[in-house]
Amino acid sequence: MHKKSSMILIYVLLILVSATMLVPFAWMVLTAFKTVSESTQVDPFVIFPGKWRLDNFETVIEAMNFVRLYINTILLIALRVFCAVLTATLSGYAFARLQFKGKNLMFSLVLLQMMIPGQIFIIPQYVMVSKLHWTNSIWGLLFPGLVTAFGTFLLRQAFMGLPRDLEEAARLDGCNIPQTFLFVMSPLTKSSMVALGIFTAVFAYKELMWPMIVCPDSKQTTLASALAKMQGQYASNYPELMAAALIACIPMIVLYLLFQKQFIEGIATSGGKL
Amino acid sequence: MNKKTTAREKNEFLWGWIFILPTMIGLVVLNIYPMLQTIYQSFFKTGDFGKGNIFVGLANYRKVFGDAEVWQSLWNTIKYAIVEVPLSVAIALILAVFLNQKIKGRSAFRTIFFLPMVVAPAAVAMVWKWLYNSQFGLLNHVLPMKRNWVSDPKIAIYSIAVIGIWSVIGYNMVLFLAGLQEVPRDYYEAAAIDGAGGVTQFFHITIPLISPTMFFVVVTRVIAAMQVFDLIFMVIDANNPALKKTQSLVYLFYDYSFNQGNKGYGATVVVVLLVVIALLTVLQMIGQKKWVHYS
Repeated sequence: MHKKSSMILIYVLLILVSATMLVPFAWMVLTAFKTVSESTQVDPFVIFPGKWRLDNFETVIEAMNFVRLYINTILLIALRVFCAVLTATLSGYAFARLQFKGKNLMFSLVLLQMMIPGQIFIIPQYVMVSKLHWTNSIWGLLFPGLVTAFGTFLLRQAFMGLPRDLEEAARLDGCNIPQTFLFVMSPLTKSSMVALGIFTAVFAYKELMWPMIVCPDSKQTTLASALAKMQGQYASNYPELMAAALIACIPMIVLYLLFQKQFIEGIATSGGKL
Repeated sequence: MNKKTTAREKNEFLWGWIFILPTMIGLVVLNIYPMLQTIYQSFFKTGDFGKGNIFVGLANYRKVFGDAEVWQSLWNTIKYAIVEVPLSVAIALILAVFLNQKIKGRSAFRTIFFLPMVVAPAAVAMVWKWLYNSQFGLLNHVLPMKRNWVSDPKIAIYSIAVIGIWSVIGYNMVLFLAGLQEVPRDYYEAAAIDGAGGVTQFFHITIPLISPTMFFVVVTRVIAAMQVFDLIFMVIDANNPALKKTQSLVYLFYDYSFNQGNKGYGATVVVVLLVVIALLTVLQMIGQKKWVHYS
């Protein structure tokens, strides 16, 4: 009896927390379909929109050029994921499995980067981007994500977990180092590569300060930073703001629901970097 | 034999460097050089209209130590962290313990709790700002008390910390769930035979055995909380009366460097942040001996 009542209590608490997590999303959806007067009516308080209108979505898609923002964000994610996975797999393998002079010193630089708050890099990175005339361009957005210390560390751990015999066998079969890496070892770290890819994608999608600094032009920037800009312009039109926020969130939420396991593992391995 | 080893060593040296070269060039250009440059910059003042750098020695640092706004921002940041970290860790741990049992809908709960992690903080902050709206917001309509959640300087930083907690609970919980999988089931069975109830088990088995995970989560959460920016930037407008009582060190850094064009002072603020975070991390490293049990 005691066991049963405590289980009921646990379910009640879990459902309450779930509701707390979901209410803001529900309120975003409901508000996005309301008119301004419905959203600001207090007596009586309006919960559901009188009619499910798409007007707010049409207005913000037009005004914000959302198609362009999507293209920018997807392109940024694709380039960042490609660069991160490629460079981190190469360097992770070398740090885990090859012996060479200077390795420890170089690896300590990787660790140093991971330990330092990212804001310390931003001013000089911005100065470089503006000297290269890459502001308001995809190259400026991509710039800090060309390589990844965290990814290098993650892939190094993955390679270190693989058995030594594999490499020995590959070497006896006449594989040289790049062949061993490419055909024997790297395919076995696929799950870590996926984790790094997802982490990189979510990070690029969520990032706010860098795109605001480097792409102040709202046509060239990412979804997140365009939302910030929009909030400044449409300060009190919450139905339109919520419609914009919803459009910006939906694709990542759908991807998350489809690939939950990979998302949770990918982000959870990030070790607090997000 | 000896010669062969040398050839192999040479080969490994060559390929090792080829493999790490892209990463190392990137790290030096994008991180190591900028880090040194920022520290260097903190000894300069940016001239009027962003022109020229004037060497001012330690003047920026002296100014930081006498700058009430910087102290207030440090205090705001600490207040945010003091609320966000312990609450998000405690709630996440309890939820993880709940979900570590045979529970129906376990993965559905996990999916829901983790959901805020895949949403841009910019969007999260917009929704919460709307929920907090003093005239038309859902909170003031549902709750018995009416508050200016994000414009009252006394409570605004805590309202923002609530958004931070809401955002990060699921993430902490997933880390705890992974830690709990390592705790052997028979410990609980043995305790149950000895008559220990759920709460006793939690404090005497779960907490000590999961303390390494807790330590990791707390250290990384403190580092992240000390860098809070997105939520504050999105929720607090430039003319919000609570701005001075909510702006964090990173907010101040952003404002000085990119709105006011004083990159020298911005750099100084961020170096101060670096030192504060390093200090907090070292303190926790020392403190862990008192409560973290490594098996």
